[in-house]
Amino acid sequence: MTIGHTIPIARRLRHDRLMLAACLAATTLAIAVLSALLISIFVQGFSSLDWHFLSSFASRKAANAGILAPLMGSLWVCTICGMVAIPVGIATAIYLEEYARRSRLRSLIQLNISNLSGVPSIVYGILALAAFGRCFGAISSDDPWTLGSPDSVFFVQFPFGRSVLAGGLTLALVILPIMIIAAQEALRAVPVSLRQAALALGSTKWQVVWKVTLPSALPTMMTGAILSMSRAIGEAAPLLVIGGVLLLFSVPDNLMSDFTVLPLQIYNWAGRPQDDFHRIAAAAIIVQLVLLLGFNSVAIVIRQKLQRPLQS
Amino acid sequence: MEGSIEWLLWLLTMVSVVTTVAIIAVLVSESVQFFTMEGHPEISPWSFLTGTVWSPLLGARPEFGVLPLVTGTVLVTAIAGLVAMPIGLLTAVYLSEYASAKTRTCLKTVLEILAGVPTVVYGFFALTFITPYLLQPLSESFGTYNAMGAGIAVGIMILPIVCSLSEDSLRAVPQSLRDGAYALGSTKFDVTAKVVVPAGLSGVIAAFLLALTRAIGETMIVALAAGGLAQLTANPSQQVQTMTAYMVQIFLGDAPANGIEYRSSYAVAMTLFAITFAMTGTGAIVLKRYREEYE
Repeated sequence: MTIGHTIPIARRLRHDRLMLAACLAATTLAIAVLSALLISIFVQGFSSLDWHFLSSFASRKAANAGILAPLMGSLWVCTICGMVAIPVGIATAIYLEEYARRSRLRSLIQLNISNLSGVPSIVYGILALAAFGRCFGAISSDDPWTLGSPDSVFFVQFPFGRSVLAGGLTLALVILPIMIIAAQEALRAVPVSLRQAALALGSTKWQVVWKVTLPSALPTMMTGAILSMSRAIGEAAPLLVIGGVLLLFSVPDNLMSDFTVLPLQIYNWAGRPQDDFHRIAAAAIIVQLVLLLGFNSVAIVIRQKLQRPLQS
Repeated sequence: MEGSIEWLLWLLTMVSVVTTVAIIAVLVSESVQFFTMEGHPEISPWSFLTGTVWSPLLGARPEFGVLPLVTGTVLVTAIAGLVAMPIGLLTAVYLSEYASAKTRTCLKTVLEILAGVPTVVYGFFALTFITPYLLQPLSESFGTYNAMGAGIAVGIMILPIVCSLSEDSLRAVPQSLRDGAYALGSTKFDVTAKVVVPAGLSGVIAAFLLALTRAIGETMIVALAAGGLAQLTANPSQQVQTMTAYMVQIFLGDAPANGIEYRSSYAVAMTLFAITFAMTGTGAIVLKRYREEYE
């Protein structure tokens, strides 16, 4: 390895200063971009943000329009998404880390998960349209199978069509690989000695997982879960494939209700040429960012409060 | 009890396997239907992959040559890469080699915020800030929709990915390597550029590949800011249509369901899936084969 002894010291020191300057410039640029983003959105959107905006439905006139339907839609879809993706993600992580033998099959599943995390989200939308929207053509949407009554929140019919249930399950597929990887990292961080101690006391494998490994990994897992959920709440492309952009005048009341979400509403308003609609798009973005900030703060608080240092 | 739990966990693990199989099955079967559709004998996988005209909705005879969509995607991704890779790597170097612990925490928060911003917001930013206030003052040739504005916005979107993954791999380089280089009389520049970055290179390249994969699959930014005209051009001031933006156009209902245009979106999706799958696969191989292991 040559460390440049043939280069005069003055030039080497100049390289040194240039490097620091370049690094500082790049970092400043990153901060400047974030500031420009936040400032330009606040300037455009702040004046449209009031209670009327939060509590009204969409409208042909920008001045009367509100985000009640997409806001409630986002909450419904994200709740369903979390209730599916978090348990399935954690279960997969437990199986891969605690149960599966180190075989070819296991590394194939692992490779598959990391590949899935790179699949564009719009492709998940196409899968969801075929699977949830149409049940792969096995059941006609003109003659759906129904479970329960339409008055109940848990009313379900197959195929799901463009319902909140289909939306939530779609997002669950999108974030599942991220959730699995986060949960696996949390499990790997638990020292082996804890598991060995529990096994030495006569615990069964599941007792070790349920009473020892999972509780110690939970704070890290929850941080990962919240970060995956913040990805889900900002996704628009896969939902656009299954449902298109709807201007709705109702909030979801059961699993089969139509829905729209905040990012789709933002897309719809931002795509129009009038400045009025750009202003309310910016206002909706502020609401979206506040939601995200809330999510992230919860993650940070969990990380700081619950994380007991574990000796290895 | 024990056995049934293990069986249940295995069953849930299979969800991700089934997802991959189902994605491939849906894309392949729908693409086959596109290529074998009645009344369009001119469409074949070969003409699709090598055709240079993409005009499914215009004109008397629709043409399906995917290359304009592919070059549109490549143009936007290249611009994004040129923005994000240098800035991301330099910021990563600053974070891992220069910054104090306090500055580091602060900057990491900035990057986490950038990473959490929904992509539709970046699209809005490109449309209402980057194009009118940064690009149009520079040259009048930039239209409302152009590849440059969309590319820069995609670059900002992937910046946190490049930066945090590169930083992880630079920080994983053991301190003893740095100390050794200093002991030989290196300056900080020598240590960083000739020891730390080469040692963490596999991780940095994997970060680049992952970020570019995200850029290729990015949908909402290009749907908002890149335009809707599929053309074979390398001029960043022109509007381009990417593969993802075409899919948005179709699924938003511009085409009758089950028509040839509608089916074509599945062939485009198949192309997109194949490209991104190959790239993530390459990333995994790079990381595995070229990783420098240190005690």
